[in-house]
Amino acid sequence: MSSRRQGDPIARQQSAITVTGLRKSFGDHLVLAGVDLDVAEGTIFALLGPNGAGKTTIVQILSTQIGADAGEVRVAGHDPVGDPDAVRAAIGVTGQFSAVDTLLTGEENLILMADLHHLGRADGRRRAAELLGRFDLTEAAQRPAATYSGGMRRRLDLAMTLVGTPRVIFLDEPTTGLDPRSRRTMWQIIRRLAAGGVTVFLTTQYLEEADQLADRVAVLDHGRLVAEGTSAELKRLVPGGHIRLQFADPNELDSAATALGESLRDDEALALQIPSDGSLQSLRAVLDRVDNEAIAVDGLSVHTPDLDDVFLALTGSGTTQEESAQ
Amino acid sequence: MSTVSYALRDSATMLRRNLRRTLRYPAGPATTAGIPIIFFLLFVYVFGDTLGAGLAGVSGGRDEYLDYVTPGILLLAVAGAATGAAISVAMDMTEGIINRFRTMAIARVSVLTGHVVGSLIQTMIAIAVVIGIALLLGFGPTASPVEWIAVIGLLAMVTYAVIWLAVALGMVGKSVETASNLPMPLILLPFLGSGFVPTDTMPVGMRLFAQHQPFTPIMETLRGLLMGTAIGTDGALAVAWCIGIGLAGYLWAKRLFNRDPTP
Repeated sequence: MSSRRQGDPIARQQSAITVTGLRKSFGDHLVLAGVDLDVAEGTIFALLGPNGAGKTTIVQILSTQIGADAGEVRVAGHDPVGDPDAVRAAIGVTGQFSAVDTLLTGEENLILMADLHHLGRADGRRRAAELLGRFDLTEAAQRPAATYSGGMRRRLDLAMTLVGTPRVIFLDEPTTGLDPRSRRTMWQIIRRLAAGGVTVFLTTQYLEEADQLADRVAVLDHGRLVAEGTSAELKRLVPGGHIRLQFADPNELDSAATALGESLRDDEALALQIPSDGSLQSLRAVLDRVDNEAIAVDGLSVHTPDLDDVFLALTGSGTTQEESAQ
Repeated sequence: MSTVSYALRDSATMLRRNLRRTLRYPAGPATTAGIPIIFFLLFVYVFGDTLGAGLAGVSGGRDEYLDYVTPGILLLAVAGAATGAAISVAMDMTEGIINRFRTMAIARVSVLTGHVVGSLIQTMIAIAVVIGIALLLGFGPTASPVEWIAVIGLLAMVTYAVIWLAVALGMVGKSVETASNLPMPLILLPFLGSGFVPTDTMPVGMRLFAQHQPFTPIMETLRGLLMGTAIGTDGALAVAWCIGIGLAGYLWAKRLFNRDPTP
């Protein structure tokens, strides 16, 4: 079933991954309802979405693990269905659950990968040693992976993915379950990969992660893309910025609400949210008005829109609407 | 390099992986080899005298029963190996590394052939140990060197066939627990056949099953080769069963491995 596809050079220069009209159901359950994606070579692309949005399914299809029901897919210029081995030769995948052999040592895991990439004995050992060093695993190299911490296991996992020097890397929730420090280490590693020209396709439910790493972010919800762009572009979609005033007394809240006009009040928390672009002027305007009315304010915070706002607004899973009402 | 040589090379890599795992955690294979030995001692030294007296032979007794029961114990070792193989495949399938293998440009079947050849080697070692113990206890086969080669060949065939079936059984269940239970009927087959007592001592319904189940012609052929009893059509039947079970197991296992993993 190998179709002779040389990979058309124009598409390859621009896009590492293209997806059009991707659909997939498991039985009656529609998981992907027509997804379009375009990931430029050498960039980090984040697919953001809540649990069950279909992120892993997309990764599984792109990485030749499962087939799609409909849609056109190209990964590194090849069709995952028509020519899976050509795609497999170009990609590396680090799944959601660590894909290391826990009974083997770190070094044996890497040499196993080297053998499967037919690197040859000496080259394989050299590559394993180099990756162990790069991922700070040299000391643990002779211990079974079962004894590794979560962060070490993820690093070994990613190192194994890199043995074959893939051009496109899929990372399915690479930092889920990691402590903050290991997460930062992982971020550094991912950034360095992209700096080296590798295309990174990652899924995450952490908005901060997408914000920190990705050149472009797509938000997936119920099998549909609900937004796509740079994180700055996405943030502009949602007017989530506001100044939040906290009061000690309901009467003060009342007077402030009257004085400030357009705002969102929260009687339970005794708080008032005033829409703001986060600028000094808007902050001064609010403070001036509060001062003029001699209202006692207990606390003040400035909230600039982040991807959380985008996420909650777009995926409709937020229970509290943070944007101001008119 | 050609596809075939890549498949061989990848299979060899996977075999190394499996043997390394086995050597590092030998408790499983040790149990696999240990259970037939325990049954062996139990049947020869606890039941042997009485059961031997019931055999149609001249002298009867423990020594004759030892000669009679050895082929049954050998197949018990094969059936035990099936459980071991099913468990190790199921354990592997629950580990993330299989998904990694699925995304690599490797000969897919090598993942399974690694398991099969690894289990085959382990089982042949277990079988050698069982035969060694039998000889120490006074097992007195009359087999010529050629017959010994045929014995080893047939044991390798049945082991290979049963392991392919076990690999499929290891994948069909969703958990390691299921995988360890599914091959259980195989362990009963030597008992529900001519392994421990002659089938013509059994009641009619049981006898029909015992005479026509796959392990009986295999045990009869082994008995014939080792002890010189009549083989007749059992030899051809034994080989046919091995080919049938092996082929069905291989095709089933391959299909299960190539299906979409459930999300």
